[in-house]
Amino acid sequence: MTLRAELEPGMPSAQPAAPAHLSGKVGRGGRLPVAVIVAAGLATVVAAAALSLLLGTQSLPPSQILGALTGGTVSDQVSGIVDSRIDRTLIGLVVGAAVGICGVVLQGLTRNPLAEPGILGINAGAALAVVVGIKLFALSTVGGYVWFALLGACLSAVVVQLLALLAPVRAQPVTMALAGAAVMATSTSVVGAILVSDQGALDVFRFWQVGSVAGRDAGIILDVAPFLVVGFVLCLASGSLLNTVALGDDLARGLGQRVILHRLAAAAGAILLAASATALAGPITFVGLVVPHVVRAIVGPDHRRILLGSLFAGPALVVVADTIGRLVAAPSEVQAGIVCAVVGAPFLVALVRRMNVA
Amino acid sequence: MIQPPETQPRAVERGERAADAPADTAGSLLSTGSGADASATIREIRAVRRTVRRRRLVLTVVLGLLVVGLFLARALLGDYRISFVDGIRMISGTTIPGASFIFMESTLPRACMAVLAGAAFASAGAAFQSMLRNPLASPDVLGINLGASAAAVFAVVLLGWSGMPVTLVAFAGAVAVAVTIHAFAGRGGAATGRMILVGVGLAAVLSSVVHWLLLRADIYRAQDALVWLTGSLGTVTWGEIARLGAVVLVGLPLLTVVTRQLGVLSLGDDLATGLGVRAHRLRLVITAIVVLLTASATAVCGPIAFVGFLSGPIARRLTHGRTSIPTAALVGAAMVLAADYVSAYAVPGTAFPVGVVTGLAGAPVLVWLLVAGRRSIAEKG
Repeated sequence: MTLRAELEPGMPSAQPAAPAHLSGKVGRGGRLPVAVIVAAGLATVVAAAALSLLLGTQSLPPSQILGALTGGTVSDQVSGIVDSRIDRTLIGLVVGAAVGICGVVLQGLTRNPLAEPGILGINAGAALAVVVGIKLFALSTVGGYVWFALLGACLSAVVVQLLALLAPVRAQPVTMALAGAAVMATSTSVVGAILVSDQGALDVFRFWQVGSVAGRDAGIILDVAPFLVVGFVLCLASGSLLNTVALGDDLARGLGQRVILHRLAAAAGAILLAASATALAGPITFVGLVVPHVVRAIVGPDHRRILLGSLFAGPALVVVADTIGRLVAAPSEVQAGIVCAVVGAPFLVALVRRMNVA
Repeated sequence: MIQPPETQPRAVERGERAADAPADTAGSLLSTGSGADASATIREIRAVRRTVRRRRLVLTVVLGLLVVGLFLARALLGDYRISFVDGIRMISGTTIPGASFIFMESTLPRACMAVLAGAAFASAGAAFQSMLRNPLASPDVLGINLGASAAAVFAVVLLGWSGMPVTLVAFAGAVAVAVTIHAFAGRGGAATGRMILVGVGLAAVLSSVVHWLLLRADIYRAQDALVWLTGSLGTVTWGEIARLGAVVLVGLPLLTVVTRQLGVLSLGDDLATGLGVRAHRLRLVITAIVVLLTASATAVCGPIAFVGFLSGPIARRLTHGRTSIPTAALVGAAMVLAADYVSAYAVPGTAFPVGVVTGLAGAPVLVWLLVAGRRSIAEKG
């Protein structure tokens, strides 16, 4: 498969710049035309969103849900349930897209198939900032967490990047993972120190920590919208950069890329997306890891296609995970972040078993 | 993908291993050459070996003294100071009102547990890092500690258990994670890399599960679980110390002996098999001891951050690139002793779990290792 090629980006089969490939012909390795990717992606997302609206801990007849959606007269209880389902579906879609795209860019930039907001310590930094917010400013609403999560995620991402720059280029993936581990351990310690002596803060924090798209008003998306927009633009524009980076920095420079500048821009975009997603839903692991690999297996190694595909696959995954979480433990719920982790683990194992890690 | 960044220590290790080769072999190899040359070479080799041995001895003594000093400080100093003589008298059975309770029920057991837990985590970490030849591959990164944590929190929160059953469940959790990693990583040259990746993934899942369990628990239990999850020596009993002590007394020497064969393994499985080392069985034995040590220590005082992860690399730097399980164990013991002292007395009135301090102090050390590693690579190249 292409996985091996991705691990050793210098290999000829990973050359995404092959002309036949760019012309969009259907060829070996499932190189689907862009139109097919968009159509299939949209269909998947719509289906996932529909499931999310129709299914839940309270079973409602589809006719009533449709009635509430189209503005017909339904009871307050039904419209309340449907409203909350709309909110969580919207948030799930946005978070999924952000985390999925972020995963593609992080994996491409670091050339590390395991790069992911969780492993790089971004989630941990956000968690620390949120705890500090809860402790010092008595936050208890998601809208209040947003800014702290954003600040913490950005700070930890910058720290990890700076630490990684200390290492020689060759050793950067490992250094980055180690730096991520360092940031994670530090913030976990501080979080522990704060929460151990403050039961109230623990009670608020533990609901944020699991990663959930529920119980939030979709309006908070607007709070982080500027960050999301900038992040999406920077990341979606980085496709051809990621293709050349896959060949190695030297070759990319030789091909006329301003590597450092573009790398910084793409990394900034990925950090913004990760931070916004964490701000909206708390730490959601594994989506950023799983989505790029699945999409790559379907659309081939061209990063522009992977980005496009992840724009659909990420939202679908998070929304479906949220829906599953509502169904498996009814009348209680398993949060989307937990479902993603539990679903993602076997996937990671399968992925690792197919890889030929040297 | 994931490669050990310790290019330099390994190169040094190789050099020293060559120096360690039995002198008589070198002599017989060289005897065909001119006699004067050969004896000069032998003298040189012997000198190098002596230096290495002396350095190792000095290092062990210094580290040992450090551990003893920290142990005494932890047991005798603090809010309530106890003289050394009083300490000896209390250990031998005399009761001194006031002091006895603090010494026998709090500071002494904590100091003992700090030594045992530090040694257990550190030796297990160093053995795994050395076996998998990757600084990332300590049991805490691979999720073995988290397996124990998740199982223990599950038993405490959902089943309402406490005491010995929790220890056993924690142990079962660690074993389950180790078996899963082993089973899914498969065999062959790429097994190590796959092991790390599967372990990192499992660790992420297990921490999710722990978060979910904390959410399900009532808040008091959640807080108890959190203290334990952070790594704490606050509630140790003499029974637990005896159990962990037995495990460490058996496991540590065993691990020291077994890991000596790892040098051969670094030549590759095929060559190692040719030289009479059963690579797969050796890995299995080391893994079993590592899991035993990690699980026993985690079950008693929770996963203390960074001890298993950092002791090995620190010991390697101190020994100029050799893997030495006893050195790592001493480093770990010193680390936990110092961290426990700081956590108990740094902020007056608040006693933090020891894991908070190791986590905070460990991060700069990790950064230092990264920077130092970079410098040595830059010097070489």
